[in-house]
Amino acid sequence: MLELRGIIDAIWSFIVGLLAGLGIPQWAIELVGYALIAVVMFGVVAVIVLFLVWWERKVSAKMQDRLGPMRVGWHGIIQTIADAIKLLQKEDITPKAIDFPIHFWAPVVTFVAAFMVYVTVPFGKGLIVSDLSVGVLYIIAITTFTVIGLLMAGWGSNNKYSLLGGFRSAAQVVSYEVPLSLALLGVIMISQTLSLGTIVTQQDNLLKWYVWRQPLGFLIFWIAATAECNRTPFDLPEADSELVAGFVTEYSGMKFAMFFLAEFVNMFTASVVAVTLFFGGWMSPFGPDFGPSWMWFLGKTMFFVFVLMWFRWTYPRLRVDQLMGFAWKVLLPLAFLNILLTGLGIYLFDGLK
Amino acid sequence: MSEFAAVAVFLLVGTGIVLFTFLLAKIIRPSAPNPVKLETYECGETPYGTAELQYNVRFYIYALLFVIFDVEAIFLFPWALVYRSLGLFAFVEMVIFITILVFGLFYAWRKGVLKWF
Repeated sequence: MLELRGIIDAIWSFIVGLLAGLGIPQWAIELVGYALIAVVMFGVVAVIVLFLVWWERKVSAKMQDRLGPMRVGWHGIIQTIADAIKLLQKEDITPKAIDFPIHFWAPVVTFVAAFMVYVTVPFGKGLIVSDLSVGVLYIIAITTFTVIGLLMAGWGSNNKYSLLGGFRSAAQVVSYEVPLSLALLGVIMISQTLSLGTIVTQQDNLLKWYVWRQPLGFLIFWIAATAECNRTPFDLPEADSELVAGFVTEYSGMKFAMFFLAEFVNMFTASVVAVTLFFGGWMSPFGPDFGPSWMWFLGKTMFFVFVLMWFRWTYPRLRVDQLMGFAWKVLLPLAFLNILLTGLGIYLFDGLK
Repeated sequence: MSEFAAVAVFLLVGTGIVLFTFLLAKIIRPSAPNPVKLETYECGETPYGTAELQYNVRFYIYALLFVIFDVEAIFLFPWALVYRSLGLFAFVEMVIFITILVFGLFYAWRKGVLKWF
């Protein structure tokens, strides 16, 4: 029933037949397979981001009683493609004072770190590139690499605004990283696995969603994830009004586009992790095999992306001291409390061996 | 093949695609640099000195706090993974461990480390 895995398998067996006919060894075929999947995944991520940019503009417009993009295509749906082509043609202005290698590699590191998360994201039944046994830990580790990219951009630009933006953003992401990883710990204690595929299959109906057992954990995770994505109300690093876009001040053209792309990919990633760990991932709420799994996954994820956009037009920006204080004085003690409560809950209700 | 082969391939392919788009842009885009364009942006003023200067020590202290608490979070992951089979003893031990860390956090808090000026 409309499952994509069958189609992919059919295409793959055709390619394997073709390559084996050419006398290419098995391990090389496997590598080629992964490379093809990586390219396809890049395409999927790019399409999702193009859609999200358009959707964010539409949602913003609706909330402000405007129309938003209307000219290019139906309700401006290919506006972002036009924007991407425009950015591709823009002159790349790199000031003389920059530290070239750092300045050049910063957007690469930022984007690749955001992209590599999709190795282990379960998009649907069987639609997972590699179900890593350390999936949750891997996602936490890889998303933190974004900080290095932002710091590189801030330092390499040799611009005071960029430096301040880079430092602010690093301090913020680093502060919210701690409650974020501790909040996910509650789910791991219940599920007893780090593999995302297994965590999804454990939540095969509405009542088994981990959000019911981890409401506090989900709340902490969601607030911290919003901060990790540098989204309003935590968008201080990019505060347009005071830092002239922070760490991206000295970037133009395609390099700027990479930062922009990475930001939206991270937004999608945050929603993906929320859906996978707390809301059953690609499992339908009404028991297994109810409708195509990838549509459930996309639907749930898009809802959480919408919530992020909703936040943007609902909450005012925080002050720096409030921002840092909130992470360390409120979220971190709450995350510890959540771990203790989860441990106690498992002990009381499920019993230990 | 190990499940991590995909990670390595994603790293290489991702980097490759990004560099390819940079190259594509380089072929397409115009290039007309002039001395004023290549100045560092500082709201239209001539840039004053370099940006590689002293910065607020708070950033460093937060980085230090992060290292302490994140290492601790990593330490908790293996424990959480086998929590059910470890039994009550491990739970009590972890309560003690977390209590010590929370004391550390409160100490830092009282010392004014968490205050941002």
